[in-house]
Amino acid sequence: MQSTKENIRIGFYVCHCGHNIAAMVDCADVAKYVKGLPNVVLSRDYKYMCSDPGQELIQKDIREYKLNRVVVASCSPLLHEHTFRSATAAGGLNPYYFHMVNIREHDSWVHTDRGEATVKAKALAHAAIDRVAFHKALETKTVKINPDALVVGGGIAGIHAAMTLANAGKKVYLVEREPSIGGHMAKFDKTFPTLDCAACILTPKMSEVGAHPNITLWSYSEVAQVDGYVGNYKVRVKRKPRYISEERCIGCMDCISACVFKEPKFEDEFNEGLGKRKPVYIPFPQATPQIVVIDPNVCLNFKRTKGPDGTPIVSDRCKKTCVEACGDKNAIDFTQKEEIKEIEVGTIIVATGFKTFDSKRVPAYGYGIYKNVYTALEIERLVNASGPTGGEVILREGKNPDGSPKHPKSIGIIHCVGSRDKKTNVWCSRVCCMYSMKLAHLLKEHTGAEVYNFYIDIRAPGKGYEEFYNKLLDEGVHFIRGRVGEVTDWAMTPEEEGKLVIRVEDTLAGYVRRIPVDMVVLSSGLEPQADAQDVRRLFNMSCGTEGFFLERHPKLAPVNTFTDGIFIAGACQGPRDIPDTVAQAGAAAAEALVLIDKGFVEQEPNTAFILDEECSGCKSCIPLCPYSAILYDETRKKAHINEALCKGCGTCVAACPSGSIVQNLFEDEQIFSEIQGVLAYD
Amino acid sequence: MKYSYYPGCSLKGQGRAYEESLLPVMRHLGIELEELPDWNCCGATAYMAVDEGKACVAASRNLAIAEKAGLQQVLAPCSACYLVLNKTQHLIHDYPQIKSAVDRAMTSVNLKYSTDIPVRHPLDVLISDVGVDAIKQKVTHPLKGLKVAPYYGCQIVRPYATFDDQFNPTSMDRILEALGATMVQFPLKTKCCGGSLTGTLPEAGLRLSYIILKEAIKRGADVIATVCPLCLFNLDSFHGKIAAKWESARIPTVYFTQLMGLAFGMTAKQMGLQRGLVPMKPLASAPACCAARTAAAAT
Ligand SMILES: Cc1cc2nc3c(=O)[nH]c(=O)nc-3n(C[C@H](O)[C@H](O)[C@H](O)COP(=O)(O)OP(=O)(O)OC[C@H]3O[C@@H](n4cnc5c(N)ncnc54)[C@H](O)[C@@H]3O)c2cc1C
Repeated sequence: MQSTKENIRIGFYVCHCGHNIAAMVDCADVAKYVKGLPNVVLSRDYKYMCSDPGQELIQKDIREYKLNRVVVASCSPLLHEHTFRSATAAGGLNPYYFHMVNIREHDSWVHTDRGEATVKAKALAHAAIDRVAFHKALETKTVKINPDALVVGGGIAGIHAAMTLANAGKKVYLVEREPSIGGHMAKFDKTFPTLDCAACILTPKMSEVGAHPNITLWSYSEVAQVDGYVGNYKVRVKRKPRYISEERCIGCMDCISACVFKEPKFEDEFNEGLGKRKPVYIPFPQATPQIVVIDPNVCLNFKRTKGPDGTPIVSDRCKKTCVEACGDKNAIDFTQKEEIKEIEVGTIIVATGFKTFDSKRVPAYGYGIYKNVYTALEIERLVNASGPTGGEVILREGKNPDGSPKHPKSIGIIHCVGSRDKKTNVWCSRVCCMYSMKLAHLLKEHTGAEVYNFYIDIRAPGKGYEEFYNKLLDEGVHFIRGRVGEVTDWAMTPEEEGKLVIRVEDTLAGYVRRIPVDMVVLSSGLEPQADAQDVRRLFNMSCGTEGFFLERHPKLAPVNTFTDGIFIAGACQGPRDIPDTVAQAGAAAAEALVLIDKGFVEQEPNTAFILDEECSGCKSCIPLCPYSAILYDETRKKAHINEALCKGCGTCVAACPSGSIVQNLFEDEQIFSEIQGVLAYD
Repeated sequence: MKYSYYPGCSLKGQGRAYEESLLPVMRHLGIELEELPDWNCCGATAYMAVDEGKACVAASRNLAIAEKAGLQQVLAPCSACYLVLNKTQHLIHDYPQIKSAVDRAMTSVNLKYSTDIPVRHPLDVLISDVGVDAIKQKVTHPLKGLKVAPYYGCQIVRPYATFDDQFNPTSMDRILEALGATMVQFPLKTKCCGGSLTGTLPEAGLRLSYIILKEAIKRGADVIATVCPLCLFNLDSFHGKIAAKWESARIPTVYFTQLMGLAFGMTAKQMGLQRGLVPMKPLASAPACCAARTAAAAT
C-alpha cells in the first residue's frame, strides 16, 4: 500500500549493536535497501543507536532534514523504545511518530545464515516504513497516585517494607494472614551467621509496627479482591473473626488462664505441633498484635458442625469462664463475623514468603515414620528458649532407663531435602546449608552430642558465611559429603540397635557408610506458598516455572512485577535469607516511594476507544475485557472504555462485530500496511 | 479387559508357582490373559550387560509380535522382564543406533516395531484397572491375622517408577490389606535381594538376602510377599548357608498372587504353595478343608 498521505518524511536508522546485530545482518545493505523505499528521506547504519551520539543523530536529522517520522531497527522495544521515543520528542516531534523494529532478538540472535538474516531485516524494516506513515500524534495521559500503600504478608520482608514506607510519612495497611506478624523468623532461636537472638532483633521491629501511627495492622486477614490500576487500587480485605474485639482486648491473657481447659490440649501451630495450646490462645509471648484468638474448631462454645457456608455456629455449651475473667473489658465476642474492609491504595508490596518442603515426600528419610526424625523448623522450636521445652533438646521417642526424657548423643543433619533433586525441586534453596550449620552449632551447644552434616556442596556465599563454616569445623562438627540414601532402623551391629541408621555414600572417602544416630534433622528446602497461584492471580502477577513470583527483570528490576505499582519482596520471589530479604524489602519500599513521591504516572496512549457513531450497543465486548475497563452507557446505549483501566490488549478490538473499536497504535491501516510491507520483499 | 501375557522363562520354570497363582487369580477378577505366541527370552541380565543393542533386539521381537497380533497391552509379571521390556522402549527412543539395529532385525523376520505397546506389571493392572474395591469384593477367606512383609525388589519401581513410588511403593500393601492381611513396617521394601550375586559372589549376595530375611522376622512377619521370581528364589533357597554363616532366618516367601488366591478361596495346592522350600503355616481363617490342604502342601 502506498502512503496516501502527503509530505511524509521518514528517517531510518539500523543499529549494529556492536557485533550483536552486525555479525549476522549486513547493516549497510539494509540501509541501502530502505533508502529506496517510498517516503524515506534518509537511511543510515550506526554502531550504537542507543548511545548519546546515536540519539543526538536522530535529533539533528529531524531538524536538518525536516523529518516527520523516525524508524530505528535495533533491539527489542522492551529495552529501548522509550529511549528512542524520548530522542524523537527531543528532536521536536511527537514521540508516537517513532516506530521500532526488532532485528536482534527476532533476527540476528536466532539465525545462523547471514544472507537470510539480512533478508529478514529488510522485510521487517520495509514493514515499519509502510506502517509509520500512518502513525498519528498521540498524547500520554497522567494519572494521580494515591499515596497510601498496602503491604501483604507480615514476615520480616513485609515488616521492613511497611516500616520504611511509614517512616517516610506514608500511610500503610499491613495485612497478615496469621494472628501475629513475624513470619518464619519469629520461630527462630538464633540467626546465622552472627548467631544473634532472632527475637531480640525482630520483636522490637514487630512492636514498632504495631504502634506506628502510620501503619494500620490487620492480622488474621487476607486480601480478597484487587481492582483498579497503578496509583488507584481498590482492595477488599477479609478480616477473619478472632472472636475478640481488637479495640477492647488489652492482651492481659486472663481469659487464657481462665479457660475451662485447665491444660493446653490442642496442636500448637506456632510450635510446629511440638507443643499444645488452648482453644483461646496467643501464638507466642511477643505476638503482635497482643490480642488473643479463639479457635472455633476446638472451643467448647462452638458446635462441632459448621453452618452450610462453613461458618462456625455458637453452641453456648461452655461455662464461659473466659468471659467472666475478661470482666468489664468485655472483649470476648462469640458473635463476631467475618468482615470485609474496602481500602484504596496507590501501590502494593506483596511479601507473602515461602513454605518449607513437605519432608514426607521423601519417604526414604523416614519423616512421619520414625519419631526421632525432625524437620529443621521443629528443631528451631526445640532449641528455642521460649519453645515448647524451654530450649531443652528432648527426643520425641525413647526414655532413659530411669524414665527421664532422653537427650540425643548423636545427631545427623541431612542437607538438601527436596532441593537440588529432579524428583522434587531442582533449585538450591540457598539458606539450608547455613541454617543447617546454625542448628548443628546450637544442637551441639545444647546437648554436647556428636553432630554429622550430610551435604552435597557447602554453599556459604555471604558476608561472614564461609567463616561460620570454618568455625563449625573447628568446633568438631562432622561434615560428610554425600547425598543420604536412606534413614532406616534396620541394624547390622549391636551398636546400631535402637538407633536410626543413616546410609550414605561418603564421596570423599569413597565408600558407603552407615552412621547410627539418635536424632535426624531434615533440612527441608524452600518452596512457593501453597496458594501462590491464587495470590498471583489476585494481584495480576506472574510466577516462574517453580512457582515463585516473577520479577520484571532478573537483574535490573528485581522487585518490580509486570503490573505497574505492584512490587514483590522477600522469599515469595525465591529462596533467600534474612539479610537479602531485608535489602529487597527496602528496595521494594523505595520503588513504591518513587511512584508515590512523583505523584502521578504517565499512561501509554495505546488504549482502545469506541467510534460512537458505529457502536450498536451489543455489549459483546464488555465481558471479554480482562481489566473490566468497558462500561455500558445506558442513556446513550453505547459501550464506553475507561482509558485509565485499558491496558491495550486489543481483545475488544478484535471481537467487536461492527468494527467500531479502534486501538491507538494498532489501527487497521497501520497493521495492514505493516503486513503488506513485510510481504513486499522478495 | 484383555491383556497379552508374556510369561518369560521364569514363570515357566523355577517361578512356576507365580504363573499357577497369577492365571486363576486374574481370571477370577475378570481379566483375560492371552499368552503371547512364539515369545522369546526378554534379554534380561547378562544380555543387557554385555550388548545392549542385541538385548533390545531380543526384547523388541516380543513387542513386535504383540503389535502384529493387534494386542493393546502386554502384561509382564516377572520383574526382570518388566524392566527389560520397558527399558528397551526407552532405549529405542533415546538412541537412534539402537532403533536402527532393532528396525533392521525386525525387517529381516517380517516384523515391525512401530508403536510403544504399554508393558504393564500385574500390580499396576490390579491397582489401576481392577481397583482395590473390586479385589475386596472377591475375598471369601480374609487373611486375618496374617502379618506380611511386603517386598517389591528393586526392578519394578527403579529406574522407571510408572505406577508407584520409587522408594516407598505401596501398591502391593494396598492389595494385601484388601485381603485382610496386616503389613509390618518394612523399610527394606525395595532393597537388593542379592540378585545374581548369590550365584556369582555368594558372600556379598547372601548377606543381602540375610538382611531382608532377618528384618522380616524381627518385625514380626509371618511371611514375605514378593512379585519377583529371582527375589523369591534368593530368599527361599539359601537358608542352610545363611544359618551357617550368620544365624537361622527361616521365614517363608511367597508370591503375592498366591496370597490373593488363598483369600479368594482357592487351595494352597492350586496356588502352587507346595513348591516353596520354607513352608507357609496354615491360615487361621481358612476353612477346615483349605487349612488342611495348606498344611498338607506345606509338609
Ligand atoms: C529452618 C529455617 C531456618 C532459617 N534460619 C535463618 C537464619 O538463621 N538466618 C537467616 O538469615 N535466614 C534464615 N532462614 C531464612 C528466613 O526464614 C527467610 O529469609 C525469611 O523468613 C524470609 O522472610 P519473608 O518475610 O520473605 O517470608 P516469611 O517469613 O515466610 O513471611 C511471610 C509472611 O506472610 C504471611 N502470608 C503468607 N501468605 C499470605 C497471604 N496470602 N496474605 C497475608 N499474609 C500472608 C505469612 O503468614 C508470613 O507471616 C531460615 C529458614 C528456615 C526454613
